[in-house]
Amino acid sequence: MIDGRSHDTQTHAARKVFNHDSAVTKRVVMSQEIEMLAALGLSSLDELFVDVPKEVRIDGLNLPAGKSEIEVLRELKAILAKNLTADDHPCFLGAGIYHHFIPAAVRTIVGRSEFLTSYTPYQPEISQGMLQALFEYQSYIAELTGLDAVNSSTYDASTALGEAATMCFRLNEKKRFLIPEAMSWEKKSVLSNYVLGLKMEIVEYGYDPITGELDLEDLRSKVDRDTSGIYVETPNLFGVIDTQALFLKQEFPEAALVVGVDPISLGVLKAPGDYGADIVIGEGQSLGIDMNFGGPLLGIFACRQEHVRKMPGRVIGMTHDSEGERAFCMTLQTREQHIRRSKATSNICTNEALMAVAASVYLSILGKEGLEGLAKVNIARARKLMDLIGEIEGFDSPAFEGSHFNEFVVRTSTRPEKLNRLLLKHSILGGVPLAAHVPRLDHHMLFATTEMHSDADHEALLKALKEVA
Amino acid sequence: MYQQAKHDRRLIMERDGHSDFDLPFLKELTDQDIAIPTGMRRTVLDLPSLPEREVVKHYVNLSQMNYGVDNGLYPLGSCTMKFNPKYADYLTSLPSVNCIHPWQAEETMQGALQIMHELELALCEISGMDAVTLQPAAGAHGEFTGMLLTKAYHLNHGEERDEVVIPDSAHGTNPASAAMAGYRVVEIPSSKDGRVDLEALKAAMSERTAAFMITNPNTLGIFEEDIQQIAKIVHTAGALLYYDGANLNAVMGRTTPGKMDFDIVHFNLHKTFATPHGGGGPGAGPVGVKERIEPFLPVPKIVLKDSKYSLDYDRPESIGKVRSFYGNFAVLVRAYAYIVRMGGNGLKAASDRAVLNSNYLKKQLMDVYPLPFRELRKHEFVVSAKLLKDQKGIRALDVAKRLLDYGYHAPTIYFPSLVEEALMIEPTETETKETLDEFAAVMKRIASEDPEVVRSAPHNTAVKKVDEVYAAKEAILSYRAFKRRGTDQKS
Repeated sequence: MIDGRSHDTQTHAARKVFNHDSAVTKRVVMSQEIEMLAALGLSSLDELFVDVPKEVRIDGLNLPAGKSEIEVLRELKAILAKNLTADDHPCFLGAGIYHHFIPAAVRTIVGRSEFLTSYTPYQPEISQGMLQALFEYQSYIAELTGLDAVNSSTYDASTALGEAATMCFRLNEKKRFLIPEAMSWEKKSVLSNYVLGLKMEIVEYGYDPITGELDLEDLRSKVDRDTSGIYVETPNLFGVIDTQALFLKQEFPEAALVVGVDPISLGVLKAPGDYGADIVIGEGQSLGIDMNFGGPLLGIFACRQEHVRKMPGRVIGMTHDSEGERAFCMTLQTREQHIRRSKATSNICTNEALMAVAASVYLSILGKEGLEGLAKVNIARARKLMDLIGEIEGFDSPAFEGSHFNEFVVRTSTRPEKLNRLLLKHSILGGVPLAAHVPRLDHHMLFATTEMHSDADHEALLKALKEVA
Repeated sequence: MYQQAKHDRRLIMERDGHSDFDLPFLKELTDQDIAIPTGMRRTVLDLPSLPEREVVKHYVNLSQMNYGVDNGLYPLGSCTMKFNPKYADYLTSLPSVNCIHPWQAEETMQGALQIMHELELALCEISGMDAVTLQPAAGAHGEFTGMLLTKAYHLNHGEERDEVVIPDSAHGTNPASAAMAGYRVVEIPSSKDGRVDLEALKAAMSERTAAFMITNPNTLGIFEEDIQQIAKIVHTAGALLYYDGANLNAVMGRTTPGKMDFDIVHFNLHKTFATPHGGGGPGAGPVGVKERIEPFLPVPKIVLKDSKYSLDYDRPESIGKVRSFYGNFAVLVRAYAYIVRMGGNGLKAASDRAVLNSNYLKKQLMDVYPLPFRELRKHEFVVSAKLLKDQKGIRALDVAKRLLDYGYHAPTIYFPSLVEEALMIEPTETETKETLDEFAAVMKRIASEDPEVVRSAPHNTAVKKVDEVYAAKEAILSYRAFKRRGTDQKS
């Protein structure tokens, strides 16, 4: 609808169109405007802009004229219809974003306009609803991660990792930060941008080619006295639950331990705080948030209580009002940009608050048994699917022997990109080719499965893979 | 008078029941199906268990103790709390928006790429820039991206400039973003009339200066009339001129950052382009640049060739990524819908009306709340409660809290810090004259009320004045931490 070339073709006259197309809107707006201008002693809107120097003025925007709501919806829906969706195509893509079930109640609550159309709760007395919902989000994440201090969100897992690395520097003023080689290339790129200012050094450690877990020997050889933090993911890029994470704090007590999690997996997996994590981050999209083509997402960020004054982002604290009743407000704001300016722990202002509310409602609907059950179903379904794929000629599945959560690596004799094209002909959104993340794994791809896949979906994938083989 | 709902304050964790959530496959699972490595198995999971009915009741009641634009006037300066049109929300409920996986193949995401590409073009036109990235998740994130681009640009020219100059009236995110990118921040004082002090600017510029960050109109709502000289001073020093787009709602269709010779600009789609603020987010902070900075933009770039959209990652000079994937897509869709609905004419009308509303409201308030700086304002203005403070002991904070009692959100207060007892008011274009008149009347009434009533406000909100000092001292950030303390703070 908006076309770059129209810049040259639209007439000058078209650009001078002043008001909404709708005659009704125009009349109402204009009569009010005239009255208000008169109150200011002005006769035209142009007079409000006399402080804009003539040389920098423009004569309106070279964009198409406004449209009615009917037209807007018709045209945008037509464009959007060109997308294939996981709603009607079985989707085995993961690698950070997962197609999970979202109870309808989550949408109902997140759609409440008192939440949706409010902003950061600067005035706590009139914003208790949002403040309490965010406090409950922090409480849920605290319970899952085993850490008492949680912020009310960062943008996504990758920026949470960036913030975690710079927080490690604030904790111990050291500059070496260790990350797994087997990690999303996007996270690596974001991390390198976040540590650029501090000139931190990012060093990668390897993985065990048999289990898919981290290579402890390699990690030992890379940790030195200047090591600020060690980042480990569990489940990791390969979908493997990394048991080595359990030993890292004992092994490297001087370095801050940063653990990246899938929050659903914490329904059955040990809280990282219980094995010494100083900071836990993760992608909260799994918690009742749509895939949304990759955004908005929800960056989880939790840390030990003793580190709280070094942490980035908005936090909500419990307090009371002047009559002694329980109340909530934003707190520890002296860490933040609007107070501390260039000395702030982070520049973050607008975050993903509504997504945190979604996560809160989601976890409330599932409850203890629901989350535990969901984690189990994910593990079981992935296990079943990886074994069945492994039975097909031409596929080595799972490629790693470690225990998996809800995705796994498959080695294929067909190139992953080609395989995906063939799967698409069967109306299946295939897996994520791994080479972009770990270049040497060029014949490997990741398949994810969740509670969304029926047995029929699994069978459709298996049937299609057999045809390819 | 306004009265906000007040419900009981138990946390969801303090409520009792039994969850009625259910899943397929769960009943047939055996222990063999679920292999959890030794040592990794969780033994305690202390979460509530409630039926959906209780959960919905809890959160609907919480929502009633919250205030959004849909409830009424939200004149929070610098935040552009305009009405969020519902057609835009509706679109994001479609699976063709919310059920696409970002790693899907290009041929399966053509609709998404088209929307993003066309939004980029529209933002280029609105800002007078040559290229746009939609990746940053928020305004501050856009600033950080802009600083990374600044760094890449200078390095590419063999220069390691290490300072960023910022006026003292700037949004706090500006210095914070520059510092995050490793820059030393040099703050310059504003002139007596609240604008950039050209002499101070000249004095601050050197071969170390990487960029000058400003917003125009500035945070006082004043248009920087010397913008051409400012641009010249900055460019002569070899630095880049950065536009904080937080105040773009004042000038659409009247001028552009490009025309004012800015090199980099970030947009706040949740401000100017009417996407809902979500209680603090998500927003979106796209960044526009002039051609010479385009090679450094984050990957991927959306490319249109032979009627097919694709994602170009092969950009060797790119700064890489500032977040995963392509941006807050559901926010981008809303902003695009808004732009199409408004059209070029409608966007200009929106800015015109925003400026008119602001000047009109300012005029109503001037007698009681003096205006520190010049007369003409853009989309927002800053008044001072200093007179009230001196005469009646009523501070800006008290006025803000008392406004809540009348069912308005408060303006931004104590910012910018160069104005004593500042109240920063941004009515936006979506408010009627009637709403502004009513608000002005209330502001005046507050000035003549019993000072004790004003100072003890708010009275009509879900809770009374909140003890923020206690919150900071105790730092109780979770139920887990609260339980550990063993006592309620009431005792």
